[in-house]
Amino acid sequence: MQPKIFRSLLLFAAVTLLASCGGGESNVSSGDREGILHYGNGSEPQGLDPHVVTGVPENHILRALFEGLAVKNPYTLEPEPGVAQSWDISDDGRVITFHINPEARWSNGDPMSAEDYVWSWQRLLSPVLGSEYSYMLYPVKNAQAFNKGEITDFSEVGVKALDKLTLQVTLDERTPYFLQLMDHYSTFAVHRATLEKFGKATDRYTPWTRVENIVNNGAFNLKTWQLNRRIELEKSDTYWDRDKVRLNGIVYYPTENIVSEERMFRVGQLHYTQSVPLGKIPVYQEMPDSPYVQAPYLGTYYYLLNTTTPPTDNLKVRQALSMAVDRDKLNRTVLKGTNLSAYSITPPDTLGYYPPKLFSFDPEQARQLLAEAGYPDGEGWPGLELTYNTSEDHRKIAVALQQMWKDVLNIEVTLTNQEWKVYLDSITQMNFEIARRGWIGDYVDPNNFLDLFLTGGGNNNTGFASPEYDDLVLRKAPQATTKEERFRIFYEAETLLMEQMPIIPIYTYTSKHLIQPSVKGLPSNLMDSVNMKYVWLEADEQASEAED
Amino acid sequence: MWRFISLRLLQAIPVILVVITVTFFLVRIAPGGPFDSEKPVTREVKAALEAQYKLDLPLFQQYTSYLGDLAHGNLGPSFKYPGRSVNELIAAGFPVTAELGLYALLVALCIGGLAGVIAALKPNTAQDYIPMSLAMIGICMPSFLLGPLLVLVFGIYLDWLPVSGWGDIPGDKILPSITLGAGYAAYIARLGRAGMLEVLSQDYIRTARAKGLPQWQVVLKHSLRGGLIPVVAFLGPAFAGLIAGSFVVETIFQIPGLGRFYVQAAFNRDYTMILGTTVFLSVLIVLFNLLSDVLAAWMNPRLRAQFGSH
Repeated sequence: MQPKIFRSLLLFAAVTLLASCGGGESNVSSGDREGILHYGNGSEPQGLDPHVVTGVPENHILRALFEGLAVKNPYTLEPEPGVAQSWDISDDGRVITFHINPEARWSNGDPMSAEDYVWSWQRLLSPVLGSEYSYMLYPVKNAQAFNKGEITDFSEVGVKALDKLTLQVTLDERTPYFLQLMDHYSTFAVHRATLEKFGKATDRYTPWTRVENIVNNGAFNLKTWQLNRRIELEKSDTYWDRDKVRLNGIVYYPTENIVSEERMFRVGQLHYTQSVPLGKIPVYQEMPDSPYVQAPYLGTYYYLLNTTTPPTDNLKVRQALSMAVDRDKLNRTVLKGTNLSAYSITPPDTLGYYPPKLFSFDPEQARQLLAEAGYPDGEGWPGLELTYNTSEDHRKIAVALQQMWKDVLNIEVTLTNQEWKVYLDSITQMNFEIARRGWIGDYVDPNNFLDLFLTGGGNNNTGFASPEYDDLVLRKAPQATTKEERFRIFYEAETLLMEQMPIIPIYTYTSKHLIQPSVKGLPSNLMDSVNMKYVWLEADEQASEAED
Repeated sequence: MWRFISLRLLQAIPVILVVITVTFFLVRIAPGGPFDSEKPVTREVKAALEAQYKLDLPLFQQYTSYLGDLAHGNLGPSFKYPGRSVNELIAAGFPVTAELGLYALLVALCIGGLAGVIAALKPNTAQDYIPMSLAMIGICMPSFLLGPLLVLVFGIYLDWLPVSGWGDIPGDKILPSITLGAGYAAYIARLGRAGMLEVLSQDYIRTARAKGLPQWQVVLKHSLRGGLIPVVAFLGPAFAGLIAGSFVVETIFQIPGLGRFYVQAAFNRDYTMILGTTVFLSVLIVLFNLLSDVLAAWMNPRLRAQFGSH
C-alpha cells in the first residue's frame, strides 16, 4: 500500500513538473504581433471605481477605460479634446462651457450627455461617499461647501447641463489648471443606470465595476480581471476616436516586487516596467540601444523639519542642516546619478516655472549658522532623530545625510525607521523631529506644491505658518491675469517659504522605466502620463535581437 | 475514532475564538488606520469613510457585530479593495496558495523522503553524510535567497523555465514549488532518516532479510510504512506552514496567492481582511493538525488499536 502511494506521488510530481516544461513564445513577441501591450503596473489596483479609488496603478487602468472631458496630450501635456470636443472660457476665467462630442458613447452604446457629468460630480462630492479625491473639484463654486455638508442642494454648485451636450462649469475664481483636472480620474463621468442597478450611488462597495457589469467610455474595455494576476483590456468599438487607437489590447500585471518585474522584462514577459531597481540602472545605462528610459518627474523628495520643537525650532539650525547636505554628492553616489538635486519644493520647469535657489552646499556657512544657534562645532547639541518609513532606499539616503551632518557640523543624528502606517501617524501627529517626505504632483502647476504649506494644511506637518504666504498663494495668485504675474507671485511665496526652511529639499524625482524597443508613441513627460490611445507596437530587428 | 475527531473539533472552538478576539483588538491598537494615506483626507471625508464601514460604532459593538457576521460566514468588506468582500479575496487567493503548498509538499516529500531513505540505508557513511549535509543547507537557506538564485540559473542564464507567474506560461509552477518545498524537504529528510533507522533495526526487518528478500523489497514493502510515520505526523503542520508562510515565494514569483493578500492587509490596516485571513488560516491549521494525527494513527497499528478500544 505505502510504496504504491509513494510511487504514485513520485509519478504525479514528475508528470506535473515535466508537463509544464517547455519554452514557447514570449509575451513581447506575441504581443508585438497581435498588438497587445504587456504592461508592468506596480501593484494590484484597489478597484476600478474612479470616484472611490486612489493611486498610481489605478490611474493607469482608469485612464484607458474611461476618458475625461479634456485629456492631456502625452507629448505636450496641453489639454486636448476628450469627451468634450471643445470648450469656451469666459473673459474672467470663471465660467467654462464644455461642448460634448455628439459621437461620445458609453461602452453599451448609450450616448454621453452633460447630465452624466452633473450626476457624476454630485456623486463625487456627496459627503457620504467619502471620496478621497473630492477636493479635485473644489475650484468649482460651492463644491467644497457641498462636500462638507454645509449646503445640501446640489443646484447651488457651479455645474449645470445647459442642454444635452453643453456643460457649464462656474468656478470660484480663475483656475488656470482646471482643464488639467478633467484628465484626473476623480472627475470622470460614470454610467448612472449601471451604478443604480447595483446599489445606491454613494455605496463604496457594489459590484458595478466587475467585468460583466462595467460600463465605461474610454478607448478600451475591460475583458478579464484576475485578482493579483492580470487585468486585460481590449480595444473598444464604441469609443468616438476608435480609428486612432492602434493597440488591440493591454494586459496590466501587478508587479509589486520591482526585482521580479525587471526579471520579467529581461525574459520578454513585459513591454514596459513601472520601475527599475536602483542597482540595475548602471548596467542598463551602459547597454547599446538601452531600454532604460529616465525623465524628470513632477515630484520632490524632502525632509520635514518640526519647527515647533527644539532644536529645529531655531531657523539657524534648520538652515545649517540644509546647507550641510551635499546633494550633488548624494546623487552621484547613493542615487547613482538618477535624480536631480533640489533646493526648493517645486520641481524646476513646472509648466515654465522655475523655483528660487536661495542656498547651496556651503559647509563653512553651515558651521557658522550652527555656532550662531548656540552649538559651535556641535557643542551642547541635544541630539536629533530622523524618522523615515521602512525602505532600503530611504535608509541609504538617511545614512548618507547622517554622515554629512557628522562630517560638516559634528552633530549626532539618530535614525528611526517606522512601518508605513506608523510613520504616517507620526507625521500627522507631528510626532517627529526630522522626517522623510515625498510629494508627487497631481497636476502640473506650482500651486500643487505651494498649497502644501498653507497654515494648518493637512500636508504641512511642519508647523510653518505665515499669513503673508497664505495670502500670496490663496488670494493673490488666483487673481493674477497673466501667467507671468502668477508665476512671479508663486516665486515670491516660495522665496518666503525657503527663507524659513521648514523643509530640507533633497532631490527632484525622475521617472524610470524599461521599455522594449517595439513600443512606440510613449513619450516621456513630466507627469509620467501615458495615453494608450497614442501607443502602438512595431516589431523590428532590434526587438527580436533584444529577446535573444 | 469519531469520538476523538469530534472532541478535537470541539476543543478547537475556544481556540479560534481566542484567536479572533486577540486579533480583533490587537489590530486596533496598532498606530494608523485603514484610511490614513500620504495625502490626508479631510475630517468630513474620514468620518464618512468610517461610517461606511461601521468604524464609528463603539469598539465592543463592532466586535459583537463582527462575531455575528462571522457566524453567518460573512467576513465583511475589504477596506483596501472597495467592491470586494474578504470572502471573495480569500476564495481568489486560497486555491492558488493551496496548489502551491501542495506541489511544494510533493517536492519536499519526493526529495526529502528519498534522501532520508538513502541516508538511513548506510548510516555514518558518505551515502549518509552527503544527503544530510545538503538537507542542512536546505534548512539554512531562506527562500528569499534560494528563489532568486533558481530564477537566475534556470530562468535567465539557462532560459529553461519562466521567471514568474502562476499558470500563465507552461512551466511557471516549477521554480516556486521547488523554492517553497526545499526547506521542508530538508526537514523531511532528517525525520525520514531517523524513522527509517529505527525501523531498520527492528526484528521483523532482520527476518525479512533472513528470508533472502532483496534490498528494495525490504525497504519499500516492509520499512517504509513504519519509517515514514514521523514524516506523516509532520505533514499537517508542514502544509499549514507552507500555506501561511508562502508570502515570500508568492512575492518573488508574483503569484496571486493568499499570502500576499495577508501580509499586504497587515500593512494596509485592512482590519476585516487581517481578521478574515487569520480566522481562515487558524481553522485550516487546526484541521490539518487533526488530519495528520488521524493519518498517523491509521499508519501506526499500536495507535490504531488504542482508538479501536474507545
